Amino acid sequence: MSGESAGGRFLPRERDWHPPALAPDYRSSRLRSPRAPLLSLPSTLSEETGPVFGHVSIGELDHDLVHNYAAAGASALGPRILVHGYVRDQSGRPLPHTLVEIWQANAGGRYRHPNETYIAPLDPNFGGCGRCLTDADGHYRFQTIQPAPYPWPNGPNSWRPAHIHFSLFGEAFAQRLVTQMYFEGDPLIELCPIVQAIPRADAIDTLVARLDMDAALPMDMLAWRFDLVLRGRDQTYFDNRTEGL
Amino acid sequence: MAEDKLLHESPSQTAGPYVHIGCLPNFCGIGGVYAADPGSVLVNADTRGERIAITGRVFDGEGEPVKDAVLEIWQADAAGVYPSASDPRGDADPNFFGWGRAAADLATGEYRFETIRPGRVPFAEGRLQAPHVTCWIVARGINMGLQTRIYFADEAEANAQDPLLALVEPRARIDTLIAASDGDGSYRFDIHLQGARETVFLDI
Repeated sequence: MSGESAGGRFLPRERDWHPPALAPDYRSSRLRSPRAPLLSLPSTLSEETGPVFGHVSIGELDHDLVHNYAAAGASALGPRILVHGYVRDQSGRPLPHTLVEIWQANAGGRYRHPNETYIAPLDPNFGGCGRCLTDADGHYRFQTIQPAPYPWPNGPNSWRPAHIHFSLFGEAFAQRLVTQMYFEGDPLIELCPIVQAIPRADAIDTLVARLDMDAALPMDMLAWRFDLVLRGRDQTYFDNRTEGL
Repeated sequence: MAEDKLLHESPSQTAGPYVHIGCLPNFCGIGGVYAADPGSVLVNADTRGERIAITGRVFDGEGEPVKDAVLEIWQADAAGVYPSASDPRGDADPNFFGWGRAAADLATGEYRFETIRPGRVPFAEGRLQAPHVTCWIVARGINMGLQTRIYFADEAEANAQDPLLALVEPRARIDTLIAASDGDGSYRFDIHLQGARETVFLDI
């Protein structure tokens, strides 16, 4: 047994493209950031494999945050929006049938959570969670309401830009990723220490969803396009290995 | 594909304090959307292998438990096979999903997984890895999910041959990757994000 997976090794993560563990302006990172260097080594079978969610039964409304917590006949308050895009790996290959989970605040900027203390009201028809599997082309689609910005206890007057949290699996545990989607034109993006922990402006830009009028539903909902990229395999390594067999 | 044609991975952002809403909605009181929280059960009555439980807490740099952490584990079955399309052997236990997700208790910070002892997984050059569980941690203040491994204190011989543990420097830090046995198949694995006992985290 070679100890190699069917797809081959993963490319090393570009650590200077991601936020560092310690970003002092994001206060919570100060005591929660490892200080020793990460132990770097090539991926093994343990990272090149990952859970398969194809069999998980996804409910009919799981992707529909407007309705999945609402009373019968009711819907969540706020601007109705469609959020969609493709999930690919670094070589541009679509990642089909992969689990995408999202969560967000309501249209007043309030989360439905026991630790939440913001004064904005809960919406009795909005839970804030959604999930779907990408289709055969790696495409995902949610309908939800536009979340609002909200204040948070970081500095004396800190506000998060409107955002939707995303959790992705890909096809191997090496690809596991959690990130956040922002909205084009939000002036709070450049003021947010969580966003600005990302060291490069062009990297931040990839987390900003674009208004997508082609996908908007007339008289129903605006659309936002947000594509995601997960780690890719080392094709050079894989090609060489295949030839050597 | 040439290196310069590669796309960049989407940058990571913290899961934040309300990660439960999307990952474990029933846990935080959002009932009726998902029938069950994903990853809350790893084994059933027909799963092969020795039942074990892994519990512990995540601590910050001041020794305070991180009560908003969410942990995920990924592991091989009792024979060392992953229930994944990418495992070329493809004969994993159909009654073992291999993946689990658990929240730290909002009051105490304690997490718990009930699973089976994983078998040894192959490495390159005919070598074997010691039994281990991949562990991934997110929370407010963690900008990018932290990955580590849980090895088992009562697998000393296998641990001594493990190719990953062999790379840990200084050697005393190996202990941060080894779950202590409480007997009866119970293991304790605490994670220290900072400080003298900082856990070895992986870039793998």
